[in-house]
Amino acid sequence: MIEVKDLCKEFNGVPVLKGISATFEEGKTSLIIGQSGSGKTVFLKSLLGLHEPEKGTIAYDGRIYSELSIKEKRNIRKEMGMVFQGSALFDSETIEANVMFPLKMFTDQTVEEMRDRVNTVLKRVNLENVNQKYPAQLSGGMQKRVAIARAIVMNPRYLFCDEPNSGLDPTTSILIDNLIQEITDEYQMITIINTHDMNSVMEIGEKIIFLKDGLKAWEGTHNDIFKTDNKVITDFVYSSNLFKKVRKALLNEK
Amino acid sequence: MNYIEHIGKYYLMLKQTFRKPQKWSVFRETLFKEIEDLGLKSIGIITFISFFVGGVVAIQTALNVDSPFIPKYLIGFATKRSVILEFAPTFSSVILAGKVGSYITSSIGTMRVTEQIDALEVMGVNSLNYLVLPKIIAALFFYPILVLFSMTLGIFGGWAAGLVTDLFYSTDYVIGIQEDFNPFLITYAMIKSTCFAFVIATIPSYHGYFVKGGSLEVGRASTRAVVWTSVVIILMNYFLTQMLLG
Repeated sequence: MIEVKDLCKEFNGVPVLKGISATFEEGKTSLIIGQSGSGKTVFLKSLLGLHEPEKGTIAYDGRIYSELSIKEKRNIRKEMGMVFQGSALFDSETIEANVMFPLKMFTDQTVEEMRDRVNTVLKRVNLENVNQKYPAQLSGGMQKRVAIARAIVMNPRYLFCDEPNSGLDPTTSILIDNLIQEITDEYQMITIINTHDMNSVMEIGEKIIFLKDGLKAWEGTHNDIFKTDNKVITDFVYSSNLFKKVRKALLNEK
Repeated sequence: MNYIEHIGKYYLMLKQTFRKPQKWSVFRETLFKEIEDLGLKSIGIITFISFFVGGVVAIQTALNVDSPFIPKYLIGFATKRSVILEFAPTFSSVILAGKVGSYITSSIGTMRVTEQIDALEVMGVNSLNYLVLPKIIAALFFYPILVLFSMTLGIFGGWAAGLVTDLFYSTDYVIGIQEDFNPFLITYAMIKSTCFAFVIATIPSYHGYFVKGGSLEVGRASTRAVVWTSVVIILMNYFLTQMLLG
């Protein structure tokens, strides 16, 4: 479990996170949603240890991150997988080298063993015959899937995704969402996704945290979103007329 | 940001960089790649510049020592001294600051703005150690070799210029380059080129690693890195000369 308590972060004296508390459980996909500039990415990067919070604690299965040594922090990071918004693949390396990198760095496996593992995870994300290609030769959706493969190649306990659907068409977005959820169930990981995508919110949000101006404004599940009267969240989720109509229809059905 | 803050951040960067590599096999692989990128791929430009600079120095000296009281072997002697003391170690380093420095800043800077460095950190990799240490070792190992190569070619370029222009005889030039040979001057040039190699590898890495923004900022950081590397090389050249020869 990841436990966040009273997390505060500021940049040049401007507060971005103003005391956020939350818990994230294993085998569940949690979504962080909110408008641009609400602090979602800073929150996620703080969870990853890329930003040092001014106040508050983050505990990974009881291990409080700020109290650990640099070496212990690096060891916790080996248990993390991250899918970046722009995929962040090493563009001068082949797909195989990209996915193999964590194995080369942190295991003593032979080249054959590593290659087997790479092929297994690439197959898991429905990619085949791309091993010798370079990231620039793949589509955005395929690059995202390679990023997911690289993130899960070490069997991480924690998986973080920063807007995994950005720049993808609706069909590919759903594919990526389903893939992340399946992998979370399969590996019993703690998955946290930053997203703007309302499809993801409705489909895979087992736990949803809505951030507004650096504060946690709402927390619930995707079922709760239909029922809630909280104006802050309804204004955000149902900002389009289409979603307003869908909600109305669904509520009438019930 | 003030200069003291930059210097402090630079030393903190070096502290993180000089750690034991997390995996020796990966380090070795990266080191050979850097030797190729930073060293072997610079041989062409160093060959071209050294040869012609040596030639120009010999021609300039020949044209300026036209008196019958000055022996002709002085042309070879002056060319040798100029090339060994300044042109090979300093001139080559300023050229490499431009070529290699901009490459280092733009490659690390692009990794920064496309979150590849964040990806390394999230995996638990010490990104400075992984990215910068092989560059420093490759530069420290290969640049003195490049400078020796540059010296040889510069002196050869001077001899070739004499053959082409008929401004001096080959035998006079050869006598000149053998005259009053002081091995310490080679040591001096090697000490200088090792110090410059460190500067060429670290200052551009600093500018690339801490870049913020997008591709435009990476371009600006590359320019800043080349300017600062050249400034530090010139200043360091002055102080090292004073310390070693003064």
